[in-house]
Amino acid sequence: MASQSLAPSGQLLRQRRIELIVRSSLSLIGLVSVVVTIAIVASLLLPTLEFFSEISIAEFFTSKVWAPLFNPPKFGVLPLITGTFLVMSVALILAVPCGLGAAFYLSEYASPRLRKVVKPVLEVLAGIPTVVLGFFALNFVNPQIVQKFWPVGDVGTFSALSAGLVVGVAILPLMASLAEDAMSAVPNSLRDGALALGATRREVCTGVIFPAALSGIVAAVVLAFSRAIGETTIALMAAGSNPRFTLNPGSGVQTMASFIGFAGIGDQPTGSTGYKTIFAVGSLLFIITFLLNIVSIRVVRRFREAYE
Amino acid sequence: MNLEATSSAAPPLGHKIASSRLWRDRIFRSILLLSIAVALLTLFTLLIDTFLEGRPRLNGALLENMPSARPARAGLQSAIFGSLWLVGITSLVSLPLGVGTAIFLEEYAPKNSRYIRLIELNIQNLAGVPSVVFGILGLAFIARGPLSWGFTVRTGAMVLTILVLPLVIIASREAIRAVPPSIRDGSLALGATQWQTIWRQVLPAAVPGIATGSILSASRALGESAPLLLLGALSFVTFNPTSLDSSYTVLPLLIFKYASDAKAEFHVVAAAAIIVLLVVLLAMNATAILVRNRFQKRL
Repeated sequence: MASQSLAPSGQLLRQRRIELIVRSSLSLIGLVSVVVTIAIVASLLLPTLEFFSEISIAEFFTSKVWAPLFNPPKFGVLPLITGTFLVMSVALILAVPCGLGAAFYLSEYASPRLRKVVKPVLEVLAGIPTVVLGFFALNFVNPQIVQKFWPVGDVGTFSALSAGLVVGVAILPLMASLAEDAMSAVPNSLRDGALALGATRREVCTGVIFPAALSGIVAAVVLAFSRAIGETTIALMAAGSNPRFTLNPGSGVQTMASFIGFAGIGDQPTGSTGYKTIFAVGSLLFIITFLLNIVSIRVVRRFREAYE
Repeated sequence: MNLEATSSAAPPLGHKIASSRLWRDRIFRSILLLSIAVALLTLFTLLIDTFLEGRPRLNGALLENMPSARPARAGLQSAIFGSLWLVGITSLVSLPLGVGTAIFLEEYAPKNSRYIRLIELNIQNLAGVPSVVFGILGLAFIARGPLSWGFTVRTGAMVLTILVLPLVIIASREAIRAVPPSIRDGSLALGATQWQTIWRQVLPAAVPGIATGSILSASRALGESAPLLLLGALSFVTFNPTSLDSSYTVLPLLIFKYASDAKAEFHVVAAAAIIVLLVVLLAMNATAILVRNRFQKRL
């Protein structure tokens, strides 16, 4: 080693060359993710533009019938939007309070031993494939729970409610773990201060931890939102593939994501309007989730800066 | 002084208030426990219900038989091999790409450059793109369009690679960041070049973290169904893939197919297939957790 540094030997030159090659090839690899994003946008954009040269934007967003693969086709995206909204709302109504509750318990109440058991179980739940959850929704939640207890009208094989409940279970671990991260980042001095002043654990949770971790919790909710909107397989299996313009969670619906999956199965001929609808709906889905992700990343960043 | 003030005011009134506040605390605590119970109960119901339904078909024939239109003979073989091909290729490609990007971002990239921040933001955002959108990308650019690889193993593996790449990058970055700077400084001070430092010191120390991340990414790829719906994996395939250009099906999509069939006998096959899939996934996750726990102890 010492003799190398005295005179620039051949070996040292070789080292420098390796260094240069490594650095430049790694920076090329770093570009892959950027290329992917550009490719996604490009693949969505062109067919979407072609789609809107055939179908007017006004018809797309105001007509209440979605039947792009029928003859004559109808291209009103509103039923897909209400369907997505239904499944997403049910999912969030379940996942946000439960996720938050689980996070509070794990961060503020649980003993280290209990945490050691509960956290891996939540991770297992997070790792269950969506097709398995979809089967559970179709085969258990809908017949055993929704059909028996839903008060308004008869529930068929498919329902937005069963899909939404199971999507809620699917995003619950994500919600819990992100919210818990935000809560654990609250400095102990705040907790100790409140406890020393005589606050109960509950008062610490609601009066100190919740406001202090609020930005992280908001980011978690926004991310859960984006996950619920993009969930495809559960919605396709449990909510069915019948686009209905309805706000009754007991009826079967089609979401934006499940339409894409459904149309994709049908193997549309390239260039047909049916093929292009996949991209038009995909663009809508991508734009909505993209905005939600950016909001969530921004909020998390701000919250990180506050405590470091 | 403060202490004195509160303690002198506390005794007469305090007892009643304190007990009602304690009750509220208890109720709050039970509500929190209930939310955890929702998650745990759902998981156990799912496991038990699926196990009870799938048990009659849980035998060797299930693994050996090919998919069939007759429920009594329907098996999983081509889907198991399809999944192995896809997950194997995805891991082989995404690992070097992901770790390479992570090394670049952690060790080489200037920390405050706007360009680097854009790449980071982009990776975080890609991790949140709905998986079905990757299927659209695959359909437009890979299966058809510029690459036109068709509905083949190659296409499926490429889309899954793109899908898990952000996860591998994020996990590898965390693992690399967790290596103490003193190790780098020591190596550099002894005259090693930056790449020698990374290759001989940083990467070996980061291996457990990277391994955990890549196992979890592989299990994500194994369970993924949405993008493959658009890439022809739902087709009826009764042979194992033999090359990158073979048609294929995978376990999650065969489950989808059996579960959506009108005949109830197929739902039993679907449940049995789910048990097979979950056992593999649980084994992978358990390995990842074990690797991580050992790693945590050592640091």
